[in-house]
Amino acid sequence: MAKKLHDTPNLDQLESGPWPSFVTGLKELAKERDYVVDLLGQLETSYQTRKGYWKGGTVGVFGYGGGVIPRFTELKDESGQAKFKDCTEFHTLRVMPPPGMHYDTGTLRQFCDIWEKHGSGLIAFHGQSGDIMFQGAKTENVQKAFDEINEMGFDLGGAGPAVRTAMSCVGAARCEQSCYNEGQVHRAVINTFLDDIHRPSLPYKFKFKFSGCPNDCMNSVQRADMAVIGTWRDNMQTDDELAKKWFAKHGLDELVNDVVSMCPTRAIRLKNSADVKAGDKISSVAVNDTQSLEINNGDCVRCMHCINVMTGALAPGNDKGATILVGGKSHLKIGGLLGTVIVPFMKLESEEDIEELVTLAQDTIDFFAENALEHERTGEMIERIGLVNFLEGIGREVDANMVATPRTNPYVRTDGWEDEVAKINAKKQAA
Amino acid sequence: MNQAVQPAKMRKAKETGVPDNAAFLHPVLAKNLGAWKYHDRPRPGVLHHVAKSGDEVWSVRAGTQRQMDIYTIRKLCDIADTFAEGRVRFTIRSNIEFMVTDAAKVDPLIAELEKNGFPVGGTGNSVTMIAHTQGWLHCDIPGTDASGVVKALMDELYDEFKKEEMPNRVHLSTSCCEINCGGQADIAVIVQHTKPPVINHDLVANVCERPAVVARCPVAAIRPAMVNGKPSLEIDETKCMCCGACYPPCPPMQINDPVNSKLAIWVGGKNSNARGKPTFMKMVAAGLPNNAPRWPEVAEVIKNILAVYKEDARPWERLADWIDRIGWPRFFEKTGLPFTKYLVDDWRGSRSTLNSSTHIRF
Repeated sequence: MAKKLHDTPNLDQLESGPWPSFVTGLKELAKERDYVVDLLGQLETSYQTRKGYWKGGTVGVFGYGGGVIPRFTELKDESGQAKFKDCTEFHTLRVMPPPGMHYDTGTLRQFCDIWEKHGSGLIAFHGQSGDIMFQGAKTENVQKAFDEINEMGFDLGGAGPAVRTAMSCVGAARCEQSCYNEGQVHRAVINTFLDDIHRPSLPYKFKFKFSGCPNDCMNSVQRADMAVIGTWRDNMQTDDELAKKWFAKHGLDELVNDVVSMCPTRAIRLKNSADVKAGDKISSVAVNDTQSLEINNGDCVRCMHCINVMTGALAPGNDKGATILVGGKSHLKIGGLLGTVIVPFMKLESEEDIEELVTLAQDTIDFFAENALEHERTGEMIERIGLVNFLEGIGREVDANMVATPRTNPYVRTDGWEDEVAKINAKKQAA
Repeated sequence: MNQAVQPAKMRKAKETGVPDNAAFLHPVLAKNLGAWKYHDRPRPGVLHHVAKSGDEVWSVRAGTQRQMDIYTIRKLCDIADTFAEGRVRFTIRSNIEFMVTDAAKVDPLIAELEKNGFPVGGTGNSVTMIAHTQGWLHCDIPGTDASGVVKALMDELYDEFKKEEMPNRVHLSTSCCEINCGGQADIAVIVQHTKPPVINHDLVANVCERPAVVARCPVAAIRPAMVNGKPSLEIDETKCMCCGACYPPCPPMQINDPVNSKLAIWVGGKNSNARGKPTFMKMVAAGLPNNAPRWPEVAEVIKNILAVYKEDARPWERLADWIDRIGWPRFFEKTGLPFTKYLVDDWRGSRSTLNSSTHIRF
C-alpha cells in the first residue's frame, strides 16, 4: 500500500465522462506507489497554478548520448526542498517501435513487467515522434530498464540534434493502397543511421517518415525532413465487378458529385461505355452495363481521392515506388514548411532500389551536417541557400516536378544558360 | 559522459535499431503482405479488408487515453488474447486495433471493449482521437496540459468518435506551446502567449548560453545586456511577438503565465494529397482562457466549428476543402467567429495569403 493520495480536486474532474481517463489510470498506479502519489500531487499543482514544473538535465544510458528525456522537479519550497519528495525525477525512455506499430501481447506484457519493476507503470503508445514512451523513472532505474528492454530486441530512439525515430503506416501489412514495403524501407533507412540516432551531433533534428501512398497517413509532408511517400507511374488499376457493386450501392448522384467532379485535375469523365477512348494513358472501368469512368492517367496527379471513394474498383497502378520530399517542419524558427519534391519517383522494390534511397538519405544528412546552421532544420537551410544549391550539394538534378511554377521574378544571373541547355540536350541524346 | 567513473561492468547496448515487425504481425496480415484488394467499413469502428487471396480481416478500432497504466495495457492484452490471436496495433492517433478473421467475433469483441470503457470508433468520416503532446505531465516548457485537454474534449466529442456522420474524416490536435508538437490538423488547439517573457536576471548568466538564445529569436528582439551588474539578456518588447522560442534554451525567460498564456484555434490543416494539395492550418480564433481542468471555452468553439462543418460541407470535403468552396468570409460568418486584424498574416511569405483578385463571394 502506498501513502494517502493528495487532494486532487482538479484532476478528479477528469475522471468523469465517457472517454478513458489517464487520471484514473494514474490513481490505480498510485495505490501501490508513493512515486505516482507524488506525481499526481505535482500535476494537480500545475492544474492549480497553470505552470509546468519539470526541467531537463543530463541522464542517459551507457554508450548512448540520447534517447532518454530527463525530468527533474522544480516544485520546491522556500528551503529548496522538493514539495513532492517521492517524485523528484520523472525521466522518459524513448523506444523505437516496430514499423506500423504492430505488437504481440507477450511483448506488451513484458514491457509492462519491466516498467512495473523499474518505472512508474505509465507507458504512452505512442509519442508524436513515434516512440513508445516509457514515462517516469528515477535516474538509478533508467539503465536497468533500458538493459531489459534492449535484451528484448528493442532500442532507444532519438532525442535532441539527432536523427529521430521514424514512423511508417500500416501499409502493405493491411492496406490495398500501399505502394512499397514501408516496414522494410523504414528499417533499411533508419538502421543506417543508428550512430546519428544514439549520439546526437547534427545541427538539429532530422526526421524520416514513411507513408505508403499520397494519403500520407504519417503526416510526413509537414513533419518529416525527408518524407517517403508511395506513388505509382503507370495507369490506375480498375475492377469492373467492384465498380458495379459500388455503383449499385451509391448511384449516379454520388458517382458524379463525389467522384467525377471532385477530381482535382478533371482527369475522370463519365462516358457511355461505347465512347471510351483507347490510348496508352487511358484506363476505364464500367459502373453498369452502359456507362464507364474514363480516366486520363496523364492528367492524374495521384491524389488518391477517387481511389479512397471507390476502394478496389480503382487502385494504384503496378509500377509502384515513392516520391521523396525534403524540408517539412513546424513553426520554429521561420514558420511552418511543407516538404519539397526532390525525387519525383524512385522504385523501392529491389535491394538496389532501397540502397539508392539510403544513399540519398546519407547524402542529404551529410550535406545538412556540414552546411546547416546550429538549430536550423533542413527546410530552413534550403530556404536560406535555395533548392538548386541544395540539389547541387547532394549531386541531384533539377526537375520541373520540383516546382509549383517556374520563377516569377527576373532576379537571377543567367549567363550559364547555354551551357545548361547543352547539358540537357546532351543527356537527351545519350538517353 | 565521464568514462573514468563508469564501473567496469556496465552493460554495452546492443544497437539493434528498429525491430523487424514480421514477428508481431497478425498471421493473416503477414500472409497477405502487399497483396490486399480492397476494404470497406461495415460499421463505425470496423474496417473490413479483403486480400487478393480471398482472405478477409476485420479490424476493430478503439480509443485509448494514450498515457496508459500497465493495468489498462494488460486488460487490452487480455482482450487481444481472447479475440484477436494475441496481436494488436496502434494508429498514429493512439487508437488500438484488434484484427479478427472471423466476422462472428466482431460484435463480441466490440461488446468486450465497450464494457471495459474503450469506445469503438474513430474510422472513416468520424472525429477521431486527438493527436496530443506531453503537457504538464512531462514536458519542460508546457503552457498547458495535453492529456487533460484531450480527455475533456474527447468526452465532448465522444458521440462523433463513435459515429461516422462527418462530411469526411476530422483530425484534431492539441499543442501545449507554439512549437506545435501536435502537428497540422483539421482543427488544432495551440497555446498562444500574449505577453513577452518575464526574465529572472539573477539566473540567466548561469543557466543560458546567451548567444544561442539571441540566435533563437525569430524577430531578433533579444540582445545581451548587463542588468543589475550581471550579464543577462533583454527584450525589445516592441518587436517581441511572444512566441516563446527563447524559453526552451533559457528557462529563466519564463513565457508561461496563468492568465496571459491563452489558447488559439486553427483550422484547415491537411497532410493528405487527396483532392487539393496538402495545406497548413490557419488561425481562426485566439484569446481563449487556459481554463483547466476542462477548458469549456475551447470545447465550445471546436464544437461550434464542427457543427457548422457537419451541416454545411458536402460529402468528402475535408474542412479545408469546404472552406475552399465557401470562402473564408463565409466561414467566419457561419461560425460567428470574429475576423480580427490579428488573423491577417504579416510573417515572411504572407503576401501569398492575401487576396490578389476580385474573386469575392457576395
